[in-house]
Amino acid sequence: MDILPILATLRRHKVTATLLILQIALTCAIVCNAVFLITQRLHRMDMPSGVAEHELVHLRLADIGRRDDEKARTAEDLALLRQIPGVTEVASVNQVPFGNSSNNSGIKLDPKQSQSTLNMTTYFGENLAQAFGVQLVSGRMLQPDDYMDFDAVVHAAQAGDLKHLPSVIVITQALAERLWPGQSALGKQIYLGSEVPLRVVGVVRGLVRPSIWDDAMAQYTGILPVRVFDGNYILRTAPGERDRVLKAAIAALKKSDPHRVVIAQHIWDDMRSDFFRQDRAMAVLLVGVCIALLVVTALGIVGLGSFWVAQRRRQIGVRRALGATRANILHYFQTENFLLATIGIGLGMVLAYGINLFLMQHYELPRLPAIYFPVGAVALWLIGQVAVLGPALRAAAVPPVVATRSV
Amino acid sequence: MFTYYLDLALRSLKRNKVLTALMVLAIAVGIGASMTTLTIVHLLSGDPLPGRSSVLFFPQLDPESPVSQGHTQPYPMMDYRSAVDLWSAHRADRQAIITSSSAKVRLPDSGQPPLMLGLLSTSADFFPMFDVPFQYGSGWSADDDAHRARVAVISAGLNQKLFGGADSVGRILRVRDTDVRIVGVLKPWRPTPLFYDPWSQNFSKTEDVFAPFTSSLEINQGNFQPYTCWHVPKDPRDMVHADCVWVWLWVELGSPAKVRDYARFLDHYADTQKAAGRFAVGSERVRLRDLMTWLTARGQVPDDVRLQAWLALAFLVICLFNAVGLLLAKFLRRSGEIGVRRALGASRGAIFAQCLVEAGVIGLLGGFFGWVLTLLGLWLVRHQPVDYAHLARLDTTMFLATFALAVCTSLLAGFIPALRASRVVPGWQLKAL
Repeated sequence: MDILPILATLRRHKVTATLLILQIALTCAIVCNAVFLITQRLHRMDMPSGVAEHELVHLRLADIGRRDDEKARTAEDLALLRQIPGVTEVASVNQVPFGNSSNNSGIKLDPKQSQSTLNMTTYFGENLAQAFGVQLVSGRMLQPDDYMDFDAVVHAAQAGDLKHLPSVIVITQALAERLWPGQSALGKQIYLGSEVPLRVVGVVRGLVRPSIWDDAMAQYTGILPVRVFDGNYILRTAPGERDRVLKAAIAALKKSDPHRVVIAQHIWDDMRSDFFRQDRAMAVLLVGVCIALLVVTALGIVGLGSFWVAQRRRQIGVRRALGATRANILHYFQTENFLLATIGIGLGMVLAYGINLFLMQHYELPRLPAIYFPVGAVALWLIGQVAVLGPALRAAAVPPVVATRSV
Repeated sequence: MFTYYLDLALRSLKRNKVLTALMVLAIAVGIGASMTTLTIVHLLSGDPLPGRSSVLFFPQLDPESPVSQGHTQPYPMMDYRSAVDLWSAHRADRQAIITSSSAKVRLPDSGQPPLMLGLLSTSADFFPMFDVPFQYGSGWSADDDAHRARVAVISAGLNQKLFGGADSVGRILRVRDTDVRIVGVLKPWRPTPLFYDPWSQNFSKTEDVFAPFTSSLEINQGNFQPYTCWHVPKDPRDMVHADCVWVWLWVELGSPAKVRDYARFLDHYADTQKAAGRFAVGSERVRLRDLMTWLTARGQVPDDVRLQAWLALAFLVICLFNAVGLLLAKFLRRSGEIGVRRALGASRGAIFAQCLVEAGVIGLLGGFFGWVLTLLGLWLVRHQPVDYAHLARLDTTMFLATFALAVCTSLLAGFIPALRASRVVPGWQLKAL
């Protein structure tokens, strides 16, 4: 197909052609970036938690009683919960993954460092790893005789009494790899704050933080051998049993003391979907915008194509009379659209890159991977071809006899 | 003349219904999307206390020592000692010391189960300073603050729940284990954003129980949570003596001179504390921002919302290109007709005006449907799981802005095509006929 005549024709429709090109360029740029944003959000929503997601039930009770009897109360609660049929593990914990409220601490590799190496979240609770279903990769889990009571630990920390502070910790693979790249973390020492030395005895596959302000640090987690008595309970059971277990657990706890307040109760899957609901809403919105944009652009192409065909009826008739086949006419319009789309896409790539630079600066997004460029290009070429097909077929159907008529 | 152009425009639009519908739809969708997101941005960046926001200031200083990694801005809260020092100095026209916690609340001698509610601990100036509206009674006095009076003010919502909306002033409420007397009931009050609480979600509700700072420290002792700590507290239930930040302050400063004086006072306080070894940094980490500046610094418009606004504007631009292209094609296709009109004596200006009227009609139609789509969009936002959902309504400003945007958009879209159409050379067109 000879493209020179097409270019010559387009030169006579400079403004219209330019507008169409600009529209294709902008659409291409925005769709590339929007699709990238969507994949970012989807990827974030898939963030691994490290826990047995479909087997957990979470319960949080308020004001569990006066200070002096909270330990007895917690023991009593845990015994009650353990008796519920179907419950396999129970733990009283300080925080839950994706629960939004967290204990965090700066850690150091050398107590003399003036600044902490990084900030990790600290999970407390006897039997926590078993109840969450956290997977051990190397070393050992925390044992019952590692554990100490929370109030005693706080007291010892104030007195500077290292003997009555935890001396071991289990950390995640991600944290181990960050602290000692390529080495085994087992037996290594970290310092909590600047005072408390902790020996790594176990490494788990993962355990996500309760609240995440930087996705890169989502798995910087340590599990400490500290017993807590805050009325924050985790129950593990079979996936199908969770609703029943949750109801039974609340009933059992309320029966033991009707004056207690249940602040939170979840099937754990709901916590994940709650935690990422903004991301999901944004992804849905972006998908909507992409579709709307592509439809508007396609309609624009259909509209302009129809007009050009109508405008050039005589010209088409003359060409047909001079021997051009229907296929020639069809290809003419298809090629014309392909040319316009290609220029638009070329411009769009530059624009997409620019928008990405802007987003990187203002929204801390990573660089747009190169793969999005060809994908965006193919999408727009296809849409252009589909949109122009109708007008082009109509053009091909123009009979040669039109050439002989005056209007 | 205008009516004639209008008649011509309507005829021309009717001639090709599909194309007209396409153009109207493109403008309507672009306007609907932009106005939905712009309305949200407009609402989110609104002033919670119009008229008073310029005299309200949020003092910040950095009590932390030593300074931890990456910490360059002062915390949005202070430790107990700094906050009480600044509050009791009474250097501002009004000052409110504030912290929030949760407390178990119930009516004594009633079978109802206790409620877990937000307790705002503050001082007497809070209510006049923030123009808090009262349904019954009033706030407490500075005397009550000084004497740790067991009094409370409750929200309209709680009054409805506990007393069915009746005047409950003088009734007794049990907060944790202490009985407090209700002295005031608020009218429904929901400042948006919830500016006074640096801890809360921007668009959450207010607390349900308000009590004097001094007395609630005793009533709810042990239930105050620190924002952050730089030393492990000796007793995690004793925030008063802990190296933690959990209390904050709002001050009212009526004139620029007072603002300057107060800023100097803050600087002096921070430097003195640094000299005494209690702070690691002095006046260089002191901030005194007015309400709106503080809200901006705090980032009250979420990033996602701003991104959506950019996206919607880009979308509108694309719709605009689309409309321009279609209008251009449409007008130029009528070159013959235009040529005849020109030959019969119509001036360029007349042709231009006629085309612009046609574009304007499309714009108005687009604006109308855009307004419908905006309402639909805001309805969708109200059903989104976001904390500002209840805000999403179209006010008069944004309603007018919708139509202004629509007409500007379509006139802009009509300008180039109309100009081109008015340049049609009549001679050539007549020959072609």
